[in-house]
Amino acid sequence: MQALYAQLLVGLINGSFYALLSLGLAVIFGMLNIINFAHGALYMMGAFVAYFLLNLGGINYWWALLLAPIIVGIFGMILERTMLQWLTGLDHLYGLLLTFGIALIVQGVFQNYFGSSGLPYAIPDQLRGGMNLGFMFLPVYRGWVVVFSLAVCLATWFLIEKTQLGAYLRAATENPTLVRAFGINVPRMITLTYGLGVGLAALAGVLSAPINQVRPLMGADLIIVVFAVVVIGGMGSIMGSIITGFALGVIEGLTKYFYPEASNTVVFVLMVLVLLVKPTGLTGRAA
Amino acid sequence: MTTLTDDTLPATPRAMRDEMIVFVVMALLLASVPFTGVYPFFVMQALCFALLACAFNLLVGYGGLLSFGHAMFLGTAGYCSAHALKVWALPPELGILVGVAAAFVLSIVTGYISIRRQGIYFSMITLALSQLLYFIYLQAPFTHGEDGIQGIPQGRMFGVLDLSKPTVLYYVVLVGFLAGFLLIVRIINSPFGEVLKSIRENEQRAISLGYRTDQYKFLAFVLSGTLAGFAGALKVFVAQNASLTDVHWTMSGEVVLMTLVGGLGTIFGPVVGAFVIIAMQQYLAGFGQWVTVIQGAIFVVCVLTFRRGVIGEIAHYFRRSL
Repeated sequence: MQALYAQLLVGLINGSFYALLSLGLAVIFGMLNIINFAHGALYMMGAFVAYFLLNLGGINYWWALLLAPIIVGIFGMILERTMLQWLTGLDHLYGLLLTFGIALIVQGVFQNYFGSSGLPYAIPDQLRGGMNLGFMFLPVYRGWVVVFSLAVCLATWFLIEKTQLGAYLRAATENPTLVRAFGINVPRMITLTYGLGVGLAALAGVLSAPINQVRPLMGADLIIVVFAVVVIGGMGSIMGSIITGFALGVIEGLTKYFYPEASNTVVFVLMVLVLLVKPTGLTGRAA
Repeated sequence: MTTLTDDTLPATPRAMRDEMIVFVVMALLLASVPFTGVYPFFVMQALCFALLACAFNLLVGYGGLLSFGHAMFLGTAGYCSAHALKVWALPPELGILVGVAAAFVLSIVTGYISIRRQGIYFSMITLALSQLLYFIYLQAPFTHGEDGIQGIPQGRMFGVLDLSKPTVLYYVVLVGFLAGFLLIVRIINSPFGEVLKSIRENEQRAISLGYRTDQYKFLAFVLSGTLAGFAGALKVFVAQNASLTDVHWTMSGEVVLMTLVGGLGTIFGPVVGAFVIIAMQQYLAGFGQWVTVIQGAIFVVCVLTFRRGVIGEIAHYFRRSL
């Protein structure tokens, strides 16, 4: 049973990353009509920025948790201003191709300087050790990742669904021209939205740095799984992305316990099944 | 949906004549390669990728469906052909047939699943399916995991053509490429191809005109996947191995890049694109990961400023359909 709980915890952690990343993808897709292929690369950048902050600037994990998403978010906003904004009105596929190109550039540059092996990032002192819950041993850091990600996801949901700013955002998703006519600066909102989505990816990167090591290709395979998560959940609903992300992580964890050979593929197999039964995805409207 | 290429002209007699002239020139140029001292292995490799890119282009350039998993057909056909040749010791022609049949079956299954969603979801689904296959091949015993299938015998095609001789192999690959290429051109210029283009331009209108667009897209997917498989089967004889590289998503990305550079929705674009990208990899092999960076930069530049691609720009300038 210990092993089962341990795998469930790993599943929840992966689920946190799926949720944070697919949430960002959904937010970006809503405003920019672009599937951000660079999301995995920006997640990796988040981890690297945390690594640099610690090793070059002596800035600890807690500051990195705040600074890395801001730094990567600014980088993302520069990308949006200089490149992505020119794609408005073009076919969807150009957005995918452009962000794929960006992902290749970012990953290639990091691979050149850091190879393919992982760099260690130590767990902050306050979150070391573990506690005995009676039925299992819980490493504090892993528990923290799950709780903190969930809080961030819910905060994002609150921001978009319950605040004034979120209302503008949702309105601009539906009809940007009309919202502009009301005097709201939609292009700036688009830039900030991209920054927000990218910042969430970077935050996931910082959270994962002490668990998965910091590697140039850490986001490359992850993003494909997240795409499958997005296909399963649909991008129509914020809460849908969060729930699907966590649920798929847990299912993956369970698979690792019961049938480890399929743990790499279970999300993709589920995607196939969902497509066969309900082609629009679990929460999505017809695309 | 905005159009991919605004200047694909209908298949008029003049356009057909232009295409024929360029095709003959291309075929003569390629046929003369063994006499020019150009490294034939390089050209053969480029030809396999050119066929793959043409097959991919049939789907994206004419059907508007961006598959981000075309490596799965290349790799699956490669593995199956390699297995048939090495373990079952089949002659080359049957080995190719096994690979193509495998790609055909795979494209039916994956097409049935992925055609259910449009646009951006289609791309994500094909990518996820190819990743699924990647993990299956990583674990399946017959692919030998990280090592791949190596030292594949080339054998004698039809009992007479000794494929271990580079010149003979070259012409066999060339004939295979030209046959596949002509078939794709024929499909594009057929009534089926015209309907496919109309679906790309405006699917809703095609539906309202009474076309069952799902069936057209499915058929285009199967044709594209099977032809991509043919390219994979030919590649086995050139490279004499089948490995995980051919099923990885980076390969799918390269195919997209080749087609984009040459020109989406142009007949000759993917061929030019394949030669450009393969040549680039050849010359920059010593620069390690910078090749990836350069490829990424080409993607960015092409999407931002050069969406018609090399052949697309030429065709646009001369107001011809190529």
